Amino acid sequence: MARIGVFICQCGNNIESTVDTKSVSEEMEKVPGVVFSCNYKFMCSSPGQEMLKEAIKKHKLDGVVVSACSPHMHEKTFRKACESAGLNPYRCEIANIREQCSWVHHDKTKKTGTVKSNDLTRMTIERLKRNRPLKKINIPVNKRALVIGGGIAGIQAALDIAEGGREVILVEKEPSIGGNMARLSETFPTMDCSQCILTPKMVEAELHERIKIYTYSEVEGLDGYIGNFTVRIRKKAKYVDEELCTGCGECIEKCPFKASSEFELGLNKRKVIYTPFPQAVPNIPVIDAPNCTMIQKGKCGVCAKVCGPKAIDFEQTDEIVEEKVGAVVVATGYELMPNERFGEYGYGRIKDVINGLQFERLASSSGPTGGEIRRPSDGKVPESVVFIQCVGSRDEAKGVSYCSKICCMYTAKHTMLYKHKVHEGQAYVFYMDIRAGGKRYEEFTRRAIEDEGAMYLRGRVSRVYERGGKVVVQGADTLSASQVEIEADMVVLATAIVSRTGADTLAQRLGIGYDRYRFYNEYHPKLRPVETVNAGIYLAGACVGPMDIPESVSMGSAAASKVLALFSADEMAREPIVAGVDKTRCNACWDCLVACPYSAIEKEEVKNRQGETVRWNARVNEGVCQGCGVCVAACRSKVIDLAGYTDEQVYAAISAF
Amino acid sequence: MKIPYYPGCTLNTVAKGFDVSARESARALGFEMEELGQWNCCGASFPLSPDNLMGLTAPAKVLASAARMGDAVTTLCSVCYNVLKRTNKALRDDGEKRSVVTGFIEEEYDGSTEVIHFLEVLRDRVGFDRVRESVKRPLGGIRAAAYYGCMLLRPAGEVGIDRHEGPTIMEDLLSVLGCEPVDFPNKIECCGAHLAMTRTDVVERLSGNVLESAVDCGAEVVVTSCPLCQYNLEKSQAKVAERRAGYRHVPVVYFTQLLGIALGQSDEMAGLGENRWDVRPLLEAKGV
Repeated sequence: MARIGVFICQCGNNIESTVDTKSVSEEMEKVPGVVFSCNYKFMCSSPGQEMLKEAIKKHKLDGVVVSACSPHMHEKTFRKACESAGLNPYRCEIANIREQCSWVHHDKTKKTGTVKSNDLTRMTIERLKRNRPLKKINIPVNKRALVIGGGIAGIQAALDIAEGGREVILVEKEPSIGGNMARLSETFPTMDCSQCILTPKMVEAELHERIKIYTYSEVEGLDGYIGNFTVRIRKKAKYVDEELCTGCGECIEKCPFKASSEFELGLNKRKVIYTPFPQAVPNIPVIDAPNCTMIQKGKCGVCAKVCGPKAIDFEQTDEIVEEKVGAVVVATGYELMPNERFGEYGYGRIKDVINGLQFERLASSSGPTGGEIRRPSDGKVPESVVFIQCVGSRDEAKGVSYCSKICCMYTAKHTMLYKHKVHEGQAYVFYMDIRAGGKRYEEFTRRAIEDEGAMYLRGRVSRVYERGGKVVVQGADTLSASQVEIEADMVVLATAIVSRTGADTLAQRLGIGYDRYRFYNEYHPKLRPVETVNAGIYLAGACVGPMDIPESVSMGSAAASKVLALFSADEMAREPIVAGVDKTRCNACWDCLVACPYSAIEKEEVKNRQGETVRWNARVNEGVCQGCGVCVAACRSKVIDLAGYTDEQVYAAISAF
Repeated sequence: MKIPYYPGCTLNTVAKGFDVSARESARALGFEMEELGQWNCCGASFPLSPDNLMGLTAPAKVLASAARMGDAVTTLCSVCYNVLKRTNKALRDDGEKRSVVTGFIEEEYDGSTEVIHFLEVLRDRVGFDRVRESVKRPLGGIRAAAYYGCMLLRPAGEVGIDRHEGPTIMEDLLSVLGCEPVDFPNKIECCGAHLAMTRTDVVERLSGNVLESAVDCGAEVVVTSCPLCQYNLEKSQAKVAERRAGYRHVPVVYFTQLLGIALGQSDEMAGLGENRWDVRPLLEAKGV
């Protein structure tokens, strides 16, 4: 006969206000197999846990039910307490009588809540009676990490992991690491030069003995599970031998053809063989194959002729490399919403309407104008600039519903940069609200308004059009309840920050979740912000949602610390709530394999003594299985069971209802 | 093809040319606009307060009458289009409103009739290619500014014959007819509308802006689908001429008038004599 102890928590008044815990406790004493039952104000408190431990010893309990809050909150706490009292931790089960009972019932007579708590607790007791003691699963860990994305978040994560003594593979899609931050001129709120603080980190990553960088490369696929991933990386053909190239730049200088520069966001041209910017890491050029006449038509080849070390190789093709890693940090960053969607603002039609990143390039000393603010149409220094915030952000109808978070700050910064470079110039800002939450952020926007003379107008812009070489901005100033029309020389749109094109494809390859805007989902938005549902894959930076540099860096470091913690032991222990197949009865229909969202089910061969395959059956990879139970439902032969939630247990629980 | 047609009051009185040129164009394109057997004023404005159901009764009667003739009804006047389209949506989506309104007018109607503007008929049911084939007199590259105003496009989600911030349907038609469409920034701005009766200064300012912006962009003629816009734009030209030296009056015509001319109608049929600023000298100059 089982010896079960039942502990009913009052959770202060959270449970007690609608559940009579004393009566529940008394009721549970009557259940066969229960030898001890009590109620207490806070079971999760130290005295509560002590009480639990003492009861286990005193009454020789072989199972514990705690009726309290959701198992998400304190299951671990109570299982640990049980373990320290000598009980198998998986012989401790939680009945959720808070979120699923007391919080949703408002019957102050406590009748409804008490009856339901009785039911929930009794069901859990019956389930527990049929619970086998489980053991944590130990899996080996390959102590190398993969970082996807070489922006500031990815660089930070890579550096921290490498400093922690582990090898890192950093994969970057563009020819150079640096990401969007490399494009910025100066950074808020300290106004330090972006390149000056970023490039040392880039170089550090390049020179670090434990960091291997694949630029111009993309992750094609990921197999395996936490501690044991295999990643396939496509190294796109650079047509330049990375070993031979010395980065002298002779080829770039002599290349006779030009194409629009992606790095300069179309504000400038670059050569067809190019590095995106002067401080590129690695300083090895790539050939833009679609625009190269040698590759397309077999004519030219000037770069190959001038190259001293003979590093140019027109025959190069994409190469797939495989790397084995134990953890993955996803830091793929963001891009700006295509402004073409906002025809009324004239982007793409009116040359002097640009977006925020383009303004960064205009203000950057390494940019197309050498840091002088000159408008794209005729190179004139603009006497007035209108900045429009929330273009696409907070706009459910035409854009996205969320706030892009950094635009208030960078627009304030833009007005200052403009004022510092064009002293006589006047900046106007159309805004909805000024959201400057962050250390020294509010002071920064106040400085733009009060000290630097930016004219802030609270209201939206209805239309932007050209008139006589000027860009006319029509809008509303809601504070003075008037319509305004500004004849400006240039307009800068603070366009919404959106996830990268292809973010969903990558998420599917990695088996991680994403939201309707294709930003990646954290395991828990508050308490596990850098983890994903796929164990061993972590998140950093703006691929999770709009964020600024300090946040991205913090997140990169946080992800790195998670990786290092995982790598601190040779093996890692995992929760044993996983599915198991009764191999003798499996008929290999593979429905489970199709159903499994984590690719945790494998085909297993059964051989006879002669080594001939006699049959197949499904096998659950315990390292990957998340215990979701989908395979259990999918299995036609009913041969898959979930440890801790076997059919027998679930039926027993239902029968007790 | 026959399509039920609701002319509306203005097209029966001051904008006859708009009505006749459209009907004749339809005939030339091989379909008939069949006037509703019985119709009344649409109310000329959609009630702005959501509980003003009285304002829905007049257009609901029109829609009920149209439903007896077919599954769609077309109009020419932008205001009629706007009122009918929005009333129809309200009746279709809101069962409570529908039962009150249909109870009041004592006619059954469930909102299933489709309200389509004549421009949509040309684009979606006839096809601009077909129109192109039927053109007998190409319009010689007249630089025409398509002026939409508000009623064809807004509120987005309720009406809208095209993208509400960047429509091109009228330009597409005009280029089929042999015009050179002129893009101008004020093409979807308000003309001042009913304020013509109480605040002529506002109308003169708004309509004046439309005219000036069209002319600055090189327009030789302004094309509209709304009798009220047409009226305001014609009327405001005197004031524009006052405030702007060297301003030359620009004809304001209905799109069906140009359509009619291109399809070979006579000047009388297209109602060219009704316009305050005559478009005929321009047509002549372009050799049409």
